[in-house]
Amino acid sequence: MADTRLADLAARRWKVQVVLTVAMIALYFGFILLIAYDKPLLARLIAPGLSLGILLGALVIVASWLLTLVYVRWANTHYDAGLDGLRK
Amino acid sequence: MVLLQEATTRIGEPNRVAMGFFFLFIATTLGITWWAARKTRTTEHFYAAGRSITPGQNGIALAGDYMSAASFLGIAGLVSTTGFDGLIYSTGWLVGWPVVLFLIAEPLRNLGKYTFADVVAVRLRQTPVRIAAAAGTLATVSFYLIAQMVGAGGLIRLMFGIPYETAIVAVGVAMIAYVLFGGMLATTWVQIVKAVLLLSGAALLAVLVLSRFGWSPMALFAAAADKYGAGVLSPGRLVSRPLDAVSLGLALMFGTAGLPHILMRFYTVPDAKAARTSVFYATGLIGSFYLMTFILGFGAMVLVGPDTIRSVEPGGNMAAPLLAEFLGGTPFLGFIAAVAFATILAVVAGLTLSGAAALSHDLWVGVVRKDRADAAEQLKVARIATVGLGVLGVLLGITFKGQNVAFMVGLAFAIAASGNFPALVLSIFWRRYTTAGAVTSMVLGTVSTLVLIYLSPTLQVDVLKHETAWFPLRNPALVTMPLSFLAGIVVSLLTANPEEAQGFDGVARRMHLGPSA
Repeated sequence: MADTRLADLAARRWKVQVVLTVAMIALYFGFILLIAYDKPLLARLIAPGLSLGILLGALVIVASWLLTLVYVRWANTHYDAGLDGLRK
Repeated sequence: MVLLQEATTRIGEPNRVAMGFFFLFIATTLGITWWAARKTRTTEHFYAAGRSITPGQNGIALAGDYMSAASFLGIAGLVSTTGFDGLIYSTGWLVGWPVVLFLIAEPLRNLGKYTFADVVAVRLRQTPVRIAAAAGTLATVSFYLIAQMVGAGGLIRLMFGIPYETAIVAVGVAMIAYVLFGGMLATTWVQIVKAVLLLSGAALLAVLVLSRFGWSPMALFAAAADKYGAGVLSPGRLVSRPLDAVSLGLALMFGTAGLPHILMRFYTVPDAKAARTSVFYATGLIGSFYLMTFILGFGAMVLVGPDTIRSVEPGGNMAAPLLAEFLGGTPFLGFIAAVAFATILAVVAGLTLSGAAALSHDLWVGVVRKDRADAAEQLKVARIATVGLGVLGVLLGITFKGQNVAFMVGLAFAIAASGNFPALVLSIFWRRYTTAGAVTSMVLGTVSTLVLIYLSPTLQVDVLKHETAWFPLRNPALVTMPLSFLAGIVVSLLTANPEEAQGFDGVARRMHLGPSA
């Protein structure tokens, strides 16, 4: 009984881990591939002084941190509750 | 601005303020070490600070361990001389942290004791796994240490005007003192002091820069584009070969999750939840630091000028100190110089401790003594290993004086991504991983990285000055990381071991519920 509940929780965590890791890979390598293959796009100015490249670079940093926030939020509520249930 | 370009900088002259701040830092950290030494009685204290570090403290210490002088001085310099291309590094150095959180931090804390080898060895055969993991750890630590030491010697000579060898010995003596007497507790607090100094120094610089541009980063970027052309805001030549960029990206992203001195920090907190929270804090701190490098780099470009920066040091590494001198005169230059020195000291202390753990905990206690060493012996060996590694670090630093060692940080990340990371992930998540598979992935990952970096343009062209290189990629991770995963999987399938697979049930339980389960 406890074992199937653990397996269930592990499977849910695995799903979250995979989705977030893939999101992180897509985010960063998407940025790198844009730099490699579409330099004119990134050179475009959105506002005076702000190129799309600089904006996206800053957004990659902010988005990486937001992804950690998403994981911590999920783990603090769902994962920890599941673990508490198993420890009882 | 014109004035500064003509005026001579005081960088390189003995600077009283820098010396003052530097001695204050040494005095404070030695005070911390003395306090920590009285609490460091067991190996649990020596390696893991008695598991007493809070998530907030560990978050700051992780940031301290990770933000090296290379990232502060190097990236600010790159941005100030190349503009946008330098920013590619700012983002690259951060993106490994979410991976550390999603895949590694919590299982590592739940499965291991002091080193990452603990996790790989948990259900596999101790001796071969620990030898292979210790080799990967020592390779990563050594290359990282050489890069830091050589950087430190050059930096200190440049900023304080003292000889290279004296600087290296001073760094070595201080770092051995921290680790030998104060263990992980002292090392952690040295990291915290350093991280706070570095973050506040960078923030102060950024605020002073922005104050001159109406508090608008965009006004700063626009000023840079006005002066040096719109090209500084867009991609230049740095990513001319996409495969190179992807390969370096892989090393940075997955190497972070395989750096022994970073992984070791997760053992200093009470439980997995604290490990999780500490990565969240660390990512926020490191991310804001790299965002500040945007401001510092373009600030130095506009206010100091790329030509002046290159004339002081061709690599551009003096951009941040020159900016500080421009904005706050000699006192601020002194403060930033002392912060850079503190940064190097803290990073080498963390590296030395993780190397010492591999030597003493994995090799001596695990392999030679087969876990039969008593507590006193373990602590003694750990301290001998610390002194040995510290002395080795000093010798390597002196040996590599004047050599081009910039590639060694990339190499350390590539080994971490190819030797350490695949073994860690497979042992945590894959039931059928075997001892033979683990040893193959670690050894092949490390060796293939070393061989391919030797054959790459990084060494053949940049260092050995040959015309061409055998292997095309500047960083080998794109080949070596998949190779290590593949070899680990294939060999495990060929050497299927039902007993080791059965051991995974315990791992699967413990990685969620902790050692008590």
